[in-house]
Amino acid sequence: MKNPITGLNKVFESRIRLGVMSVLMVNEEINFNDLKQLLQVTDGNLATHLVNLEENGYIKVQKGFIGKKTNTTYMITRAGEKAFAEHIAALENMIKGVK
Amino acid sequence: MQENQPTETSLEDLKDIRRIMERSTRFISLSGLSGVAAGVCALIGAYAGYRVLDNYYGSYNSSGLFSGDDFSQLKIKMAVVGIITFIAAFISSYYLTWRKAKRQGLPVWDHTSKRLAWNMIVPLITGGAFILGMLRYDAWLFVAPACLVFYGLALVNASKYTLSDIRYLGYCEIVLGILNMMYPGYGLWFWAAGFGVLHIIYGTIMWMKYEK
Repeated sequence: MKNPITGLNKVFESRIRLGVMSVLMVNEEINFNDLKQLLQVTDGNLATHLVNLEENGYIKVQKGFIGKKTNTTYMITRAGEKAFAEHIAALENMIKGVK
Repeated sequence: MQENQPTETSLEDLKDIRRIMERSTRFISLSGLSGVAAGVCALIGAYAGYRVLDNYYGSYNSSGLFSGDDFSQLKIKMAVVGIITFIAAFISSYYLTWRKAKRQGLPVWDHTSKRLAWNMIVPLITGGAFILGMLRYDAWLFVAPACLVFYGLALVNASKYTLSDIRYLGYCEIVLGILNMMYPGYGLWFWAAGFGVLHIIYGTIMWMKYEK
């Protein structure tokens, strides 16, 4: 997953996945619609990226109901937090490296 | 992607992360005009309250009578003025913020505004209950300072969930409330300064900074 030279995480190369992780770092949990609104993406597009993040073990999915409507919420996992922190550190290093 | 301009994309990514973190935790549609509207309502309310008090003391001075009945009527009148002022301020400021959110294409009632509302409501309800408790012991003199202090605390608390500038409005309200505690006879004046004048100043600054 990691690029051996830069330390950047391939999973976070996608803007949408990077966005999802950014939201989940600072929000305990968030539902699908709020996430869609924040990142300005289509349902299908967002769903694909969420599945990818879940498969990598970076986020947890919780399906619930509000009345009769489904309400799916997402949370970050420990592994997700760690991977994201490392990715940010790598980004910072790249900037510092050139200065 | 990284091969071409690694630093530029890194910087872009970091900026994006920061922006999304901010946007997903703070309700940014709060309009400065909401502050101005609330301030205008408060000044009108304070003037109405002033007239009610003036009438009361005026008739007391002319008749020299001071009946308990008059006093309980005064209390009801002041409470009605207060409630109408609050409702008018709430509706007008809600409308202006709703209008701003609509223009920005953002929802008014999403998880950021819910969180903001909750963090405002907790200190406000606490203050409201505290003031009602004080009134049971006829501590009328301290209603205005208590309003100012609790409202200020609510704003400082809320500043973590919306535009952070609102923190300074909160500090000013708290200072005014404490000053009013030391000069308790001037409650209506302090109240008008805190809820009227400060709101208008704050709202104007916010409007010039973010909306103009």
